[in-house]
Amino acid sequence: MSAHSGTPSGAHSCAVPILRLGDVLVTGLLNELDDKSAVAFAQELTERISADRARGVLIDISRLEIIDSFVARNLMELTGMARLLGARVIVAGMRPPVAITLVELGLELTGVETALHAEQGMAALGWVQAPQPREGAPHDAAG
Amino acid sequence: MTPLADGNRTVHGPATGRADTPGAEPVRLSLTTEDDLLAVRHAVRFAAVAAGFSIIDQTRVITAASELARNAYIHGGGGDLVVGSVHEGARTGLRLTISDRGPGIPDVEAALADGYSTGVGLGHGLGGARRLMDEFEVRSTPGEGTTVITTRWRR
Amino acid sequence: MVSSPAGAADVRHVLVESLKGRADDIADRWVSLQLERAPTDPAHNERDLRYEADTLASALVTALDTTLPVDQMANRHRELREAVRELSLRRARAGAEPTATSLSVLALKEVLLGIVRETVDDTGQLFSAALLINQLLDAAGALSFATYVEGREEIIRRQSRQLLEVSTPVVRLWRQVVAVPLIGTLDTARTQVVMENLLQAIQDEDAQVAIIDITGVPTVDTAVAQHLMQTVRAVRLMGAGCIISGIRPTIAQTIAQLGIDLFDILTRATLAEALSEAMKITGGAAPAPSATVSR
Repeated sequence: MSAHSGTPSGAHSCAVPILRLGDVLVTGLLNELDDKSAVAFAQELTERISADRARGVLIDISRLEIIDSFVARNLMELTGMARLLGARVIVAGMRPPVAITLVELGLELTGVETALHAEQGMAALGWVQAPQPREGAPHDAAG
Repeated sequence: MTPLADGNRTVHGPATGRADTPGAEPVRLSLTTEDDLLAVRHAVRFAAVAAGFSIIDQTRVITAASELARNAYIHGGGGDLVVGSVHEGARTGLRLTISDRGPGIPDVEAALADGYSTGVGLGHGLGGARRLMDEFEVRSTPGEGTTVITTRWRR
Repeated sequence: MVSSPAGAADVRHVLVESLKGRADDIADRWVSLQLERAPTDPAHNERDLRYEADTLASALVTALDTTLPVDQMANRHRELREAVRELSLRRARAGAEPTATSLSVLALKEVLLGIVRETVDDTGQLFSAALLINQLLDAAGALSFATYVEGREEIIRRQSRQLLEVSTPVVRLWRQVVAVPLIGTLDTARTQVVMENLLQAIQDEDAQVAIIDITGVPTVDTAVAQHLMQTVRAVRLMGAGCIISGIRPTIAQTIAQLGIDLFDILTRATLAEALSEAMKITGGAAPAPSATVSR
């Protein structure tokens, strides 16, 4: 993927890289996320949305093994703030065990848009892949 | 998934625990700094893997531990968490015992109900963690603190 | 020969002396006694019985030669406990009756008494030894029964889990469309397995739509309806959409009466309609916009 990596705005760096692809910010959370990093991440991302005039934000969480109420609230607040700043947030790649646990915990990430994986999330944000032969056109339905 | 055996700090014991080995000693961790929360996740993950839990059940138990540990740390003035395997008849499970030094919960029933957020200490949002576990017991003494003992059995 | 009424320690010593070195004999007699008493027991084949008898007899003789109180020996002497547990679990698996299993262990009393009677003459000592044997084997019988029950419970749990797995198959219906046709009564455990399997299939198949077909489900209660809702929410969290098809009129009524809000859930009358809807969602050149978690 070719990308201009975004220049960190200085201040409190949160150790989670945030890349810019056109008007979309792309970032990913790792399996270990402590509370302080989560807060710092939200803050830095919000600043970057504003500074880069981003229109969309993709957060890849496919490596996140645990989402507890703290991280969930963090994601919801982040989405809300981004919306106020005019950007649409898509959270992509949630693992099945994480989804089940969140639902049982009673946290539904209300208002947060989700996508199966980063690719689908980017497509939803308007990044269409160059046309390529679609493997498995509609005939390959499982028999 | 790899068990995150943070052996040097949080967990003692063989790298591959057999589920029915009664020798797996309970691990006690203190909850006084924020780093302790990560240590809790590591220790509970290690114990859940050793007890033969499925990925989904590992995730449930680690998440519940994370919730309860954070509550004890943030709202309960610190405390500790003990994680260990339990054997009851032919069943194998994982038991978490979390204690805080907070002011206690005046009304445990209300604290377990959803939407209760005015609680202090471990009483903060207990309902969610309870749904992730099979057994859930709350003991609270006003002025002294709260202890939650909770178990999930291997399916 | 000691003539005074024997103290507990003395009797224990007498018992150890008369049984020592006779583990083989004990095992022999016990195997024959069991075969004679219950020749049709499904757990009784000579090779297994022989092995159990050897293990248990030698454990017994070793255990008696310790200072553990006899009534706690079955539970606290590791070798003895394992021998009793192992034989009880084997018999549970082999389909023996629970009483037959306990009676087998209790039959060992007769064997031990027989041997003691051959070596001890003093009636007082004999009586005390009989009491000891009784205490020891009553505890072993109780342990055996408890272990047997555990074994059966374990078997039942495993079978019901297997049954759940086979009764909830997730199938890939089309490119990026998976479905789970549910048949029969839904309960909490089953709905959980459905949820787990469905979410895994979504990830494996890169599915954008998951269809839950409940045509074959006769009734739905509040708990199950809530679980279905949870499944739909979890599917959305993963970024896919969910369609429920085949809601029968009676179930629709129940849901309405229970006041469960299925308002924001996509439903279709039949699996075929659900599939056609799913293909509309996935059919475009670009992947459909992601699901939004509403409310």
